[in-house]
Amino acid sequence: MDYVIEINGLEKSYTKGSQILKGIDFKIEKGIVAGFIGMNGAGKTTTIKLMLNLIKKDAGEIKLFGKDLNENEKEIKNRIGIVFDQGYLYEDLKLSDMKKIFAGAYSNWDEDNYKKYITLFQLDEKQRIKQLSKGMKMKFSLALALSHHADLLIMDEPTSGLDPKVRNEFIDMIRTFMEEDGKTVFFSTHITTDLDKIADRIIMLNQGEVILNKEKDVLLEEHALVKGEKQMLNSSNRTQFISLSERGFSFEGLTGQKEKLKREMENALFEKPTIEDVMIAYMER
Amino acid sequence: MNIIISNVSETPIYQQLKNQIKEAILTGEIQDGELLPSIRNLANETRVSVLTTRRAYDELEEEGFIKTVHGKGTFAISNNLELLKEARLRQVEEKLLEAYQIGKAIGVTKDDMQTMMNILYDENGGS
Repeated sequence: MDYVIEINGLEKSYTKGSQILKGIDFKIEKGIVAGFIGMNGAGKTTTIKLMLNLIKKDAGEIKLFGKDLNENEKEIKNRIGIVFDQGYLYEDLKLSDMKKIFAGAYSNWDEDNYKKYITLFQLDEKQRIKQLSKGMKMKFSLALALSHHADLLIMDEPTSGLDPKVRNEFIDMIRTFMEEDGKTVFFSTHITTDLDKIADRIIMLNQGEVILNKEKDVLLEEHALVKGEKQMLNSSNRTQFISLSERGFSFEGLTGQKEKLKREMENALFEKPTIEDVMIAYMER
Repeated sequence: MNIIISNVSETPIYQQLKNQIKEAILTGEIQDGELLPSIRNLANETRVSVLTTRRAYDELEEEGFIKTVHGKGTFAISNNLELLKEARLRQVEEKLLEAYQIGKAIGVTKDDMQTMMNILYDENGGS
């Protein structure tokens, strides 16, 4: 198996005594879409900044394309496309001027490719960045990120604040990007419906630790939303719930041991969860 | 090949993929030696994760229904004993289920059922 991202024992704290990342490990296979989820403040953006060497790590190892990030930074960055939520484009610049800065940074910049995206996204290069709507800004960011034949796309909250139609367009663009062999996408989000649609692997971060790292379909098959009458619960089956809420005479909970629980609670209703159900259950634990 | 994946079905997605490809091979809809879509293509087409699609292909290959030739693609294999065996096994499972249901209705226990099975094997001198 080829891994595009390998992270081992990564630690980071901004101030003494409060660790943002408490030694995280994960690997991402080549050719997949990986979703990085967690609550605000979980450490997602810090992880992404470390993966791009924008901030210094305290400990641990980051390998991209099988190579150490520190020792091969230039070569690695040439193969990465980056999209951030906000604050990395100069608002006062015209699109065409912002593009020049980007084009100069990559040795394999493809102007034709860039023009193709500008036409496709109906962007006006004479406009200033601050005049663009949020959706247009995201598309412009994507055009910049995709125009140097990147093999890995790293994005921090690319869909936050976008309306459903633009989010769907975004997902289609990712699908198109993935059609070529060997391309990989890693992106953080808290809009989990995007992940239901497109992710192959889900990594969940909570308080600086990776608490879940699974193939999406396996994750959704192992877990189940269970509903039933309160009297079905007993001290043994209660322990098999990740989260459990009891109301007047009924209960609803999420389990990670679907098959086992199914045999023990024959009359309960078992439903397939969404990623959001799973995420919330783990966060509430 | 026409594959439809249900998101609400109880059957795991990789199993649905596997079953439908198997079915297509068994019924001859996909012929011996026919090229199957690549993992990425099939994943895109069915909107299923590549990892799940890969798992389905891996298992189908293990069971001898398909074969991947590096650099050329994945091909269907029929005319193969394994397939016949599989189809027969399914028959056995169906008949056993029938026997179980009839037995259960008149109160035959698991032990009774196993005893009957043991006698069958003993009488026919097999194990």
